[in-house]
Amino acid sequence: VPGSVVCCSSQNYPLYIRSVPTENELKFHYTVHTSLDVVDEKISAMGKALVDQRELYLGLLYPTEDYKGYGYVTNSKVKFVMVVDSSNTALRDNEIRSMFRKLHNSYTDIMCNPFYNPGDRIHSRAFDNMVNSMMMQVN
Amino acid sequence: ENGRCTTKLESMGFRVGQGLIERFTKDTARFKDELDIMKFICKDFWTTVFKKQIDNLRTNHQGIYVLQDNKFRLLTQMSAGKQYLEHAPKYLAFTCGLIRGGLSNLGIKSIVTAEVSSMPACK
Repeated sequence: VPGSVVCCSSQNYPLYIRSVPTENELKFHYTVHTSLDVVDEKISAMGKALVDQRELYLGLLYPTEDYKGYGYVTNSKVKFVMVVDSSNTALRDNEIRSMFRKLHNSYTDIMCNPFYNPGDRIHSRAFDNMVNSMMMQVN
Repeated sequence: ENGRCTTKLESMGFRVGQGLIERFTKDTARFKDELDIMKFICKDFWTTVFKKQIDNLRTNHQGIYVLQDNKFRLLTQMSAGKQYLEHAPKYLAFTCGLIRGGLSNLGIKSIVTAEVSSMPACK
């Protein structure tokens, strides 16, 4: 069961991408991109006070017949997107929330690392390990 | 020499501020607007770093905020009044960077300056 985790900076360039390979790589990346677009839409809607969103978790962004994209935006405008296979119905909302929490916690640790320069690609074994264990959980 | 020192301190404060803000806002709700963010800096942020809140926040509602701390922690050990006033800026540089870094990570570009007229109060 394929899955993908993407972490994007406030300027929308990727800080971290991890995908479990799939036969339909293109469709997968397409879902990731459209998910990011939906995240941007939601954020600008919030800015105009059209949507009152106090929560950081954005929920289901973009369901296609094959994949589902979920989003989460921190107060520092860093975006996390998770794409999972639509056939994975066992995954509950609170499980997705807790996975985003883990991502946010690990990202915070990276920010507090004085050797990390904000905006750089994330190269961290701790981060990788956390994402690995998350993807195994999904599958 | 003195200027380079202050700049270096300020930029160190900047990087630390970015990390601190990330950790402090991890579990808070999304900020509504700029004023919301400034209140956060004055209350939660200042309390976590300096164990007290900012005593007074003023704004012209056009982007300028004045934060007043009447008993700034880093200056309390120096004599009260004006005796070592010329040395005060060194102690404020890091904190200015802290605020600038914190705001920057929340999406606000800012210029942060500090002013001391009579220790241990500063703005």
